[in-house]
Amino acid sequence: MRRQTFAASSGLLVLALGLTACGSGGGSEQDASTITVAYQKTAQFVQLDDLLQKAKTEYEAANEGMTVDLVPIEAEQDQYFTKLALMNGSPDTAPDVIYEDTFQIRSDAAAGYLQPIDEYVEAWEDWDQFPENARQAGLGDDGKVYGVSMGTDTRGIYYNKDLFAQAGLPTDWQPETWDDILDAARTIKTELPDVTPLNVYSGKAAGEATTMQGFEMLLYGTEDTLYDADTQKWVTGSQGFVDSLAFLDTIYSEGLAPSLDIALDAAVGARVATEMLPQGKLAMAVDGSWLPGGWITGDNAWPEWEETMGMAAMPTQNGQEPGFTSMSGGWTLSVGAHAGDPQAAFDFIATALNRENSLKYDTENSQIAVRTDVAEDPEYLGYNPSFEFFSSLVEHTHFRPATPDYSQISSNIQVAAEAMATGQSTPEEAAAAYDDGLLSIVGEDATQAAG
Amino acid sequence: MTSAVLDRSAARGTRPRRRPGRTALRLAPLAPAVALMLVFLAGPVLWSFYGSLTNQALTGYRAAAPEFVGLDNYTALLADDGFWKAVVLTVVFVGASAVIGQNVLGMALALLLRATSKPLRATVSTLVVVAWVLPEIVAAFALYAFFSTDGTLNQVLGWFGLEGPTWLISVPMLAVVLANIWRGTAFSMMVYGAALSEVPPDVTEAAAIDGATGPQRFFRITLPMIRRSISTNLMLTTLQTLAVFTLIWVMTGGGPGTDSSTLPVLAYQEAFKFAQVGYGTAIATVTLLVGAVFSLVYIRVLKPEVD
Repeated sequence: MRRQTFAASSGLLVLALGLTACGSGGGSEQDASTITVAYQKTAQFVQLDDLLQKAKTEYEAANEGMTVDLVPIEAEQDQYFTKLALMNGSPDTAPDVIYEDTFQIRSDAAAGYLQPIDEYVEAWEDWDQFPENARQAGLGDDGKVYGVSMGTDTRGIYYNKDLFAQAGLPTDWQPETWDDILDAARTIKTELPDVTPLNVYSGKAAGEATTMQGFEMLLYGTEDTLYDADTQKWVTGSQGFVDSLAFLDTIYSEGLAPSLDIALDAAVGARVATEMLPQGKLAMAVDGSWLPGGWITGDNAWPEWEETMGMAAMPTQNGQEPGFTSMSGGWTLSVGAHAGDPQAAFDFIATALNRENSLKYDTENSQIAVRTDVAEDPEYLGYNPSFEFFSSLVEHTHFRPATPDYSQISSNIQVAAEAMATGQSTPEEAAAAYDDGLLSIVGEDATQAAG
Repeated sequence: MTSAVLDRSAARGTRPRRRPGRTALRLAPLAPAVALMLVFLAGPVLWSFYGSLTNQALTGYRAAAPEFVGLDNYTALLADDGFWKAVVLTVVFVGASAVIGQNVLGMALALLLRATSKPLRATVSTLVVVAWVLPEIVAAFALYAFFSTDGTLNQVLGWFGLEGPTWLISVPMLAVVLANIWRGTAFSMMVYGAALSEVPPDVTEAAAIDGATGPQRFFRITLPMIRRSISTNLMLTTLQTLAVFTLIWVMTGGGPGTDSSTLPVLAYQEAFKFAQVGYGTAIATVTLLVGAVFSLVYIRVLKPEVD
């Protein structure tokens, strides 16, 4: 026994020493002449990297003695948030400038990861170009500004006109109800058995895409909502929630959706955008307005997309008013709470999001521009034929209730959605499990029964 | 225990009475080592236990100012069906892949290799050990490529006109159990190989002369003689398998749904996906307890130190 204890504990000791050795090394000190920028980069999302490389060169040229240290986090969205939260856990590793999803802003501001930048934006001459709704996106719970919006987005249905024609469906398609979508999907399945009819994100691994491009595109087309903005309470037990899950249940149980090895994979978004749609293996996809950005330029360029892909607005459940729905999000650049020199960090943001650079990013990454001078620029409007369509969805769009609890609630929605994809529970069971999870996150007082 | 020792030394009357100062002096050189052990071994365990009593989150208000919530995380855990499912999956994973798979297969390989020619022995053991030498993440990706829907296994099955299932989706537990057996068998094989070579041949020869059959010699002579190695090996493989995270995470991500979420995977998901660090830590603490229970069982059942 003693010998074993010794062997086991010395092994553990070596392990523990190894880990602490890792911990003490590295980690940028809060050096005021270096600006660390943390952002996301993946194989098909390089536009931001391009932008920041360009801004780095410009900023360093304009500010003698300053260094911009770009720290790309090569991860899908879900893991990006985790890595960012861990980096922010210690002042030694916390970045100075953070690429931040708008739904995380209130949460991360509350966590003390970000610092308010009101005084800097007010002194910034370009701030007038940001309209009220774009400024709103960067506000924290305390009403202070925590981020500068890079652009926004909307969501709709992409459909492959060639496949629709082969299946005998109209190529200028616009569904009026959910049933219209299901009918089209069933027709595709019958006529073109090798083609996956419809993708609606439903896996936990896809993270926020499942919540926003998937579930919320359905829920906000029902009579119900996730959160009552008037009473500031989260809604439990709504029929719309069950119906939205039932829609997912239908497409997966009838085989209208991608097979589970694709649907539950973390890289499902990349596969839809760079493989399944371009290769004609997927007929319809509920997805975001940024997809054409990857088709116009870059490694996955697909010039034929303009003739091949049609775009349709997402209908409400039964075609009820206002007929269509969409969701909008977007990202910001924020200043980290532990930034050595917040003014310098903000100046870098101001460089990265000046008129020229915003135009570059909004066109290349297919963003809906928020800066007025970019949105009205003929170069922007003429760059991408899908801009007109996706901008037209703004009138039907919804924003996520991005309270500090939203990201945890969103994870519970993903669990419910994945339960539909795998068939592990019925829509009613999954909705009840969501309600339980919601209660444990926000407490009884912050919820109300659907009425 | 202590009194027995005292009685005996008193009866012999030979050992001089220990002076307390001398004992302390003798232990003094050990102090730095003990201090290190306490800081780096007991420290994290205690810290994780404290963390499990808070509602620390990864983001939001509770990341900035976590509250002490007592045993709330544990009561919530016990009432959570997902947790009990993870406990069952963990026991299945450890039982099937470590206790049965790695140990039995490792023993079988060790026995067979003793009876073969040297070149064959070298070839087979090299092949088996390769799986063990691979870093866990590399092994995990290799196995993902092997079991995935368009992967090696299904392509090989395709040559024979068979259509394999989507292993990682339809039978995720089977896939990760097989993967862990593949990866860990080399360890058991080496431990048992060494143990078997220590068994004196004259004992087995004597048994053979007395008319014991092969299986009788194995079960009544060899196994009892290498009991200590079995106990050590069982404990090490169990604890190793209990902590397996990378393999499962890369292959199935704990899915589909929660169908392959063992305790470490569940703890990771709760802490880093659902941002509930306190709750995730509570699961990690429970995993620690499960490991302790396994160890105690082995020590009691196999009594390695009693001859």
